[in-house]
Amino acid sequence: MSVAAMPLPLGLLAELTHRCPLACPYCSNPLTLEDRAQELDTGSWARVFQEAAGMGVLQVHLSGGEPAARRDLVQLVAAAHEAGLYTNLITSSIGLDAPRLARLKEAGLDHVQLSLQDVDAASADRIAGYPGGHARKLAFARTIVGQGLALTINAVVHRANIGRVAAFVEVAASLGAGRVEIAHAQYYGWALRNRQALMPTRDQVDQAMQEVEQIRPRYADRLVIDLVVPDYYARRPKACMGGWARRSLNVTPSGRVLPCHAAETIPGLEFWSVREHALSAIWRESPAFQAFRGTAWMLEPCRSCSLREADFGGCRCQALALAGDARAADPACELSPHHGRMLALAEQDSAGADSSYLYRGRMARESIAG
Amino acid sequence: MPDSDAANLPEYPRLAPGVRLHFDRTRDAWVLLGPERVIETEGPASEILRRCDGTRTVEQIVGELAAIYNAERAQIAGDVTEMLAELRAKRMLA
Repeated sequence: MSVAAMPLPLGLLAELTHRCPLACPYCSNPLTLEDRAQELDTGSWARVFQEAAGMGVLQVHLSGGEPAARRDLVQLVAAAHEAGLYTNLITSSIGLDAPRLARLKEAGLDHVQLSLQDVDAASADRIAGYPGGHARKLAFARTIVGQGLALTINAVVHRANIGRVAAFVEVAASLGAGRVEIAHAQYYGWALRNRQALMPTRDQVDQAMQEVEQIRPRYADRLVIDLVVPDYYARRPKACMGGWARRSLNVTPSGRVLPCHAAETIPGLEFWSVREHALSAIWRESPAFQAFRGTAWMLEPCRSCSLREADFGGCRCQALALAGDARAADPACELSPHHGRMLALAEQDSAGADSSYLYRGRMARESIAG
Repeated sequence: MPDSDAANLPEYPRLAPGVRLHFDRTRDAWVLLGPERVIETEGPASEILRRCDGTRTVEQIVGELAAIYNAERAQIAGDVTEMLAELRAKRMLA
């Protein structure tokens, strides 16, 4: 691919830290979490934000772990804003209070995305592995809206809460959110380890999707409802990340730059760090970004598929996890020879009685009481 | 239902909370940024958006655009209303 044809990235996911008080069993962080001593300092992040804006990135998603665990969060938001980036804070709100939020707003924060684990407090706290968290989140959602900040409620859905998608939307609306994101758990890393406890049945998925579509018109004048459909019961794969190394980059707490947050699950990829390279050089030249950019790496059935520029073969990490080859078609695609097996895995896991979680960052599997 | 006519537009349109217009030097273009949304705008669209600041009425915006583009007010009014209604339906206008 020539430099002229190099796509311009739109978004940067900045994983400021892997530290988090919550322990959600579907966490998108890797199984091996980076510790505080490895984290980039304030000045390094500020440089990353400047470089990102210079190469065309428009939005930065300040995430974690829990970004509020960084004591320099206000400075980081200010640095991102100064670089010209739209700043989105992805948070559980644990570690934030009203004065700190006011300082974040003053520093240029554009938007807050707050996660809710369920609409039922007991269930939400059980999923997050954090007693009392749900009530604090609801209270803080009102603080966010009260300070005039735009709020998105993010709900990751799975077997324990999928029956309450309509209630999630109602809660988001009642809190004054402008947007709600209903996202099915994505089965890499922690979620893959917990698939037996998380996977919903096909009927549950179908019913949840119908419910959302039924209530959508009712909220049209109040709320944007974004629905991320689940892979395991799909017929066609999603254009994961909008195509590998096409639209976004992910910087880990220690400064490693990944094409997607799960990319480290693919063995043999060489990731570069912002400690050693300019972000633009990593985007253009690093082996991990080059590996699956464009379509030249594809095998059949992707290589000759008319949709190869539309879905880019789906997710590389899922292809590796389920088809055994990161270059294979994502098994979410019905043209994949592994599609039937993926569906069978989902059906098997969803029918199981096992509802114990291996909580993120914790050592032992814990059973759910009640 | 999405708004379809001027009657449903706010009196003094402004961008919704969490939505802002940004000039991107890399693309040499105005872009409208919102939560998980990036909309590239072209000449007239960015001129309209820059005026959605909560201090101008739709009528004033139409008047200013008609002056810039030296165009029929009625035609501009149609374009402005259509665009604002579309943004309103996307919840990007308050």
